[in-house]
Amino acid sequence: MTDVWHLLNQLGRWGLNHVRGTGRAGVFLYETVRGIFRPPKKFHSVVRHMYFIGTKSFFVIGFTAAFTGMVLGLQGYYTLSKFGSEGLLGAAVALSLIRELGPVLSALMVTGRAGSAICAEIGIMRIEEQIDALECMAIDPHAYLVSPRLVASLIALPLLTAFFDVVGIVGGYLVGVALLGVNPGAYVDGMQKSVEWVDVSMGIVKSILFALLFLWICTYKGYYAGVDEGRFGPEDVSRATTDAVVISSVAILVGDYVATSLLL
Amino acid sequence: MNRQSWTVETGVGLFLLIGLVCVAYLSFNLGDVRLWGGGDYMVHARFSNVSGLKKKASVTMAGVEIGRVEDIRLEDGDAVVTLRIYGVPLEEDVIASIKTMGIIGDKYIAVSAGASDERIPPNGWIRETQPPLDVEELIGRFVFGSMEKK
Repeated sequence: MTDVWHLLNQLGRWGLNHVRGTGRAGVFLYETVRGIFRPPKKFHSVVRHMYFIGTKSFFVIGFTAAFTGMVLGLQGYYTLSKFGSEGLLGAAVALSLIRELGPVLSALMVTGRAGSAICAEIGIMRIEEQIDALECMAIDPHAYLVSPRLVASLIALPLLTAFFDVVGIVGGYLVGVALLGVNPGAYVDGMQKSVEWVDVSMGIVKSILFALLFLWICTYKGYYAGVDEGRFGPEDVSRATTDAVVISSVAILVGDYVATSLLL
Repeated sequence: MNRQSWTVETGVGLFLLIGLVCVAYLSFNLGDVRLWGGGDYMVHARFSNVSGLKKKASVTMAGVEIGRVEDIRLEDGDAVVTLRIYGVPLEEDVIASIKTMGIIGDKYIAVSAGASDERIPPNGWIRETQPPLDVEELIGRFVFGSMEKK
């Protein structure tokens, strides 16, 4: 009988912890968005974080984009050539990149590169009690630590996505036209005819959504690293970082499905 | 201003510049966004049938694209198609006909040039129109042998 009570207790605690965690994440996002409009001033802080999230991600995004575009060019060519319609290669590469792969892959790469670092940085501030120190000095930690990063990622990720799309299109062009001999005019013309503004705007909306998702999850996980366990050790930061990257990546893929079904 | 902040600010400036250039390329070149309209104007055409024609289909004259289909709606049992023309003047007696690219391609509107001195004003109407060729009906007539002329 006591075992059943114990099991029920554990189940209840598990459920309550998750409900509490979800509510806390919602309040965290609310405080972060409110922090954008509250002191301290954030311009220089936003610029610094844009350098970290945006400029330093250029190379990894460029490489990923080039090879994604090139593999799309290869696969597209071998599929389309069966139907004698290689001229559609430009449209196939551009539409797949702009609508789906650009926003999703750049968000995943930025989560892996910048999101994990942000989570670890804030997690270390938590275990070293620097966040408590900020509160003691009457500085809102959300407005000081999280809001500038949110603004920076909301600006940086759509720009990185656009960069990803353009580099991917160039990669597809190099493989399709230079390597496999597709007509260059047909590649560019097919691309221009098939891509509409609605495709471009869908990519931008998705990248803004993914920027919000990955930053929210990574900063939240870092901010509360070890708080629930009641101990502040390095292993809590490493667990928080792993959780942050895994949950962000899954959230980006789920968010992509939801956003596509709403925007189509 | 120390060297470190110069690097950060230059890096962010470069990032913003490249990112914005990419957004502009995607929007203006591929997405076909027109900020100032560029002398675009609308004309309407009434067809008895527009089956297969879709919004954003091309409008061509002598094979050159001069506009896009902006809207298709039903009015008194006829289909009324609104065309966005990219600043090319259209004579009053032009003929708009719905054609197909290749055998199974998309439908588009071909406008044949007129001879009148009068131009169609913005929001004016194209009077002469031809509906698309009904290939199924033609094949049906051929297969089932009803060759009487309509």
